[in-house]
Amino acid sequence: MKRSLVPYCVTAAILVFFYLPILVLVVNSFNTSRFGGSWEGFSLVWYSRLLNHREIWHALTNSLVIAVSSSIVSVLLGTTAALALHRYATRLQKAHYMLIYTPLIMPEILMGISMLLFFIAAGMQLGLFTIFLAHVTFCISFVAMVVLGRLQDFDFSIIEAAQDLGANWWQATWKVLVPLLMPGLVAGGLLAFTLSIDDFVITFFVAGPGSTTLPIRIYSMIKHGSPPLINALSTILLAVTFAAVYISQHLLEDKT
Amino acid sequence: MNAPDFLEFKNVSRHFGSIRAVDQVSLSIRKGEFFSLLGPSGCGKTTLLRILAGFERPDTGCVILSGQDITQLPPNRRKVNTIFQSYALFPHLTVRDNIAFGLRIEKRPQREIDHEVERMLELIQMKAEAGKFPDTISGGQKQRVAIARALIKKPQVLLLDEPLAALDLKLRQRMLIELDLIHDEVGITFLYVTHDQGEAMSLSDRIAVMNSGIIEQVGTPAEIYEAPRSSFVAAFIGDTNFFEGRVAELIGNEYSRLVIDGFPDVTVFNDKQLAVNNLIYLSVRPEKFHISRERQEKSPRHNVVPGRVEEVIYQGSLTRYWVRVQEYRIAVTQQHSRFLLDEKPITWDENVWVSWHADDGFMLERYSQSDEQLVTLPE
Repeated sequence: MKRSLVPYCVTAAILVFFYLPILVLVVNSFNTSRFGGSWEGFSLVWYSRLLNHREIWHALTNSLVIAVSSSIVSVLLGTTAALALHRYATRLQKAHYMLIYTPLIMPEILMGISMLLFFIAAGMQLGLFTIFLAHVTFCISFVAMVVLGRLQDFDFSIIEAAQDLGANWWQATWKVLVPLLMPGLVAGGLLAFTLSIDDFVITFFVAGPGSTTLPIRIYSMIKHGSPPLINALSTILLAVTFAAVYISQHLLEDKT
Repeated sequence: MNAPDFLEFKNVSRHFGSIRAVDQVSLSIRKGEFFSLLGPSGCGKTTLLRILAGFERPDTGCVILSGQDITQLPPNRRKVNTIFQSYALFPHLTVRDNIAFGLRIEKRPQREIDHEVERMLELIQMKAEAGKFPDTISGGQKQRVAIARALIKKPQVLLLDEPLAALDLKLRQRMLIELDLIHDEVGITFLYVTHDQGEAMSLSDRIAVMNSGIIEQVGTPAEIYEAPRSSFVAAFIGDTNFFEGRVAELIGNEYSRLVIDGFPDVTVFNDKQLAVNNLIYLSVRPEKFHISRERQEKSPRHNVVPGRVEEVIYQGSLTRYWVRVQEYRIAVTQQHSRFLLDEKPITWDENVWVSWHADDGFMLERYSQSDEQLVTLPE
């Protein structure tokens, strides 16, 4: 039987649609030309310049510090929120669910402005700490939703079984609940990490002097015209992202 | 079986909102006994079990286990272990690690743990599956792992919460025998919660029948079947026929004459010492009746009423009849101990005589509202 070519063509078209722009970016990062219009030969000049570009390294460090800390904190808070939502059925839970869910659909610009106003009203110095707080705020909702999904088919008599067999609350949590929720916690954490590291809108509002994150740095570099550097930086980020996704999928597979 | 009381519930109550799940329950269970809590869903049996396990705190009353008041102890400090209805095995641990869990928590020496786990794997005959994860073993095997995981803790009482409900019929019957064997082998007290009278009857030394939060009757399976103390117990355990009547006369100390609308006088054993004019239900189980074409009056203690066969269901070892007697549709089952084909069997629309011995009926007082619903038997 002759196979239809249509599925292959559609798949190819979609892949081209998704990845062609990225491919152009990657290719251009090795282009000697300062402007992307024409190919003037292979070079690593942009990468070496990038290595010596202090401000970018500073921004990257800021971004990583914020992403790591805010994803850890939001995993902790988001998980407890999910547990509370799942376990305790009171009338307030509907309101609680709404409050947790709203940040997912609220326009980012609204959150950015409201947080800026809040920080100013509270007399807080804008900086890394305010960015951290802002990121935790929206990451909690995502983590809570991911963990909540994991909890839907979680049988809590397993926790009772652990207690029944002599485990105290702490032991039941660490030996049973956390290992079983781990895929959800890892997925939630990774989601929070990626959301935090590339957030622009909210960060833009709550960042202060000296607390520039990578997306904001990239934005200002484009405005001041150094696209080849950005191409190189983006390629590195891309490689790191692919590696992270690959590793995390591998870890999740081993778990089950 | 005359060991002293070992586990006691004293006036235990537990309310959920306005619902009384457990209402002033007092109960004593002996050491080594296989004791069942039997009742329909929502009767409070599981709540009572969870109170003993420590997952629920009673509003009032206390629980005493070998002389110690354990009412306020958390679940992990009680010498009782539970087999959950869903087994609740740890999916991230192998069979071996599931069984070892309780001892690991106690931080026992590794060698002792290994030794005990080996012993348990032998008991449940699952040495070959020790390295498997719960997802990859069958329902019956999960059940056995759950039992081993609880027994390794050497509990004073093993609690079983409808442990066979999730299994199919054939497996259920096999596990029933296995549970019985395990109980004989380890000799610890079993508290078994079920809504299945068959399970309770075949396994238990004693049964407590529960209904809407209270205990209706405690007794051996035979006591509960043959001499139910309330119409609920009579109807819940096995099938029975109820007749509304009134005590008309006492015959000596032991028997009474009853008046039932449309029936000739009925004699019944009066163990409850009910007085003349008491309103009662007469309950007679289907297998206690005898039906025949000719009127047979074997003794003055036999009651005989005429009726008409409305329905016949032949089931091989027995036949079920529904016989119309005035306003009642009486369920009758007859065992066939003789070869049937030689005789002309009783069939639809035949006029028959239904008889039973006075000792085979029992009287139940009419007192509560809920009794009213029981008069018409589900068919």
